[in-house]
Amino acid sequence: MYAFEIERPSTLAEAVSALSAEGAQALGGGQTLIPTLKQRLAAPEVLVSLSGISEMKGVCPDDDGRLCIGGATTHAAVARDAAAAYPALAALASHIGDPAVRNRGTIGGSLANNDPAACYPAAALASNATIVTQNRAIDADDYFQGLFTTALEEGEIITEVKFAIPEAANYQKFLQPASRFALVGVFVAKYADGVRVAVTGASEDGVFRWSEAEAALSSDFSAGALDGLSVPAEGMIGDLHGTPEYRAHLVKVMTKRAVAAAG
Amino acid sequence: MAKVSMTVNGAAASGEVEGRTLLVEFLRGPLGLTGTHVGCDTSQCGACVVHVNGEAVKACTMFAAEADGAEVRTIEGMANADGSLGVIQQAFQDHHGLQCGFCTPGMVMSAAALLKDNPKPTEAEVRKYLEGNICRCTGYHNIVKAIMAASGQDVSAIAAE
Ligand SMILES: Cc1cc2nc3c(=O)[nH]c(=O)nc-3n(C[C@H](O)[C@H](O)[C@H](O)COP(=O)(O)OP(=O)(O)OC[C@H]3O[C@@H](n4cnc5c(N)ncnc54)[C@H](O)[C@@H]3O)c2cc1C
Ligand code: FES
Ligand code: FES
Repeated sequence: MYAFEIERPSTLAEAVSALSAEGAQALGGGQTLIPTLKQRLAAPEVLVSLSGISEMKGVCPDDDGRLCIGGATTHAAVARDAAAAYPALAALASHIGDPAVRNRGTIGGSLANNDPAACYPAAALASNATIVTQNRAIDADDYFQGLFTTALEEGEIITEVKFAIPEAANYQKFLQPASRFALVGVFVAKYADGVRVAVTGASEDGVFRWSEAEAALSSDFSAGALDGLSVPAEGMIGDLHGTPEYRAHLVKVMTKRAVAAAG
Repeated sequence: MAKVSMTVNGAAASGEVEGRTLLVEFLRGPLGLTGTHVGCDTSQCGACVVHVNGEAVKACTMFAAEADGAEVRTIEGMANADGSLGVIQQAFQDHHGLQCGFCTPGMVMSAAALLKDNPKPTEAEVRKYLEGNICRCTGYHNIVKAIMAASGQDVSAIAAE
């Protein structure tokens, strides 16, 4: 690792001001950033740790019935504290990585990183979550912009994520056991005004919505409604863990499983 | 350099660290607590698991500065006050839950975190919890058996392998 300083502010205002300095970068749980620093793929001058900011942590419903999760809330806290209000989201959090990763890694860090195989992007996109920063609120539909790319600007941090709670939902993750990420993961969420299906792990462009499946499921919410559909292999990730054709096939299989499990 | 102070295995510990100093480096270097191992240094293997404020974390994937003011517990803090092995450690010995022993500190710390939240886990729950702890020697079977035994459950029906 290159050398840097660490700051540990206790309020959001202090963090925002520390992040406005040249060469400053946010440190969430460090479960992605620390391995990246070890490989010298990043060279910040100052890391601003968000883990001591209590106003950025916690899970609670707002007046509009949405579930609000602080940007520095760990996966373990979401698994525990969102279980009653949004069980599919809590279940997703409880299958990220392993227990030690879940005790440090945060929802804000995961969404900011936007790894093409990460789990939270699928939940956020399928729920059309609102990504809140110190400056603005961004719809998930506008937030994800391709591999490791998001609408966040320099120094902008995720303070909160707001999820509209669906009538039924489920996340199915086909585990890549070596990395413990998703080889393919599908989040299905059924709302009064339609069904949303978000796919992670599969596309070279990162998380995406499978709109044909959304249309079919919005008129008939059953696994059978997907029988006639297929996902093209073009643009899917191909690596030693699976070919593009294999991933395309898995998208449909995991979507059917998610629909069946959501009931 | 910045000064950090924390409680490690019940005793006050402090020192000067760089921003980039990992918690595991601080424990093994200045504090001389070499029981916590570094197996991979890439956040994959769990040999470095310690408890920070009661939660299992990978000490290779946290900065020492982030543990300033925290309660830290390492494998050195798992023995009984008279120096004899703690319950989980003894179960690992009794059930042959280690061979080379490299993964064992992390296994014991993960097991302790599991049993704190779930005092009587099923075999499947133990296996799931150990997802982030890799052992190259044992094939896991006797590790799982040791943890089941440490939780006070009858393991006579779990065959040795
Ligand atoms: C062994 C292992 C297995 C894993 N398995 C999975 C898995 O199955 N599924 C999965 O989804 N993920 C997995 N992960 C990744 C894990 O979820 C990380 O916690 C997450 O990707 C990053 O969150 P973090 O809080 O650790 O962020 P950090 O590593 O601290 O930061 C990541 C990036 O986000 C930025 N950042 C951090 N917080 C914020 C914020 N609030 N606002 C804006 N920017 C911010 C940082 O500057 C950095 O660029 C795994 C990681 C490991 C080590
Ligand atoms: S040394 Fe920390 S996870 Fe392997
Ligand atoms: S006993 Fe050798 S790695 Fe586990």
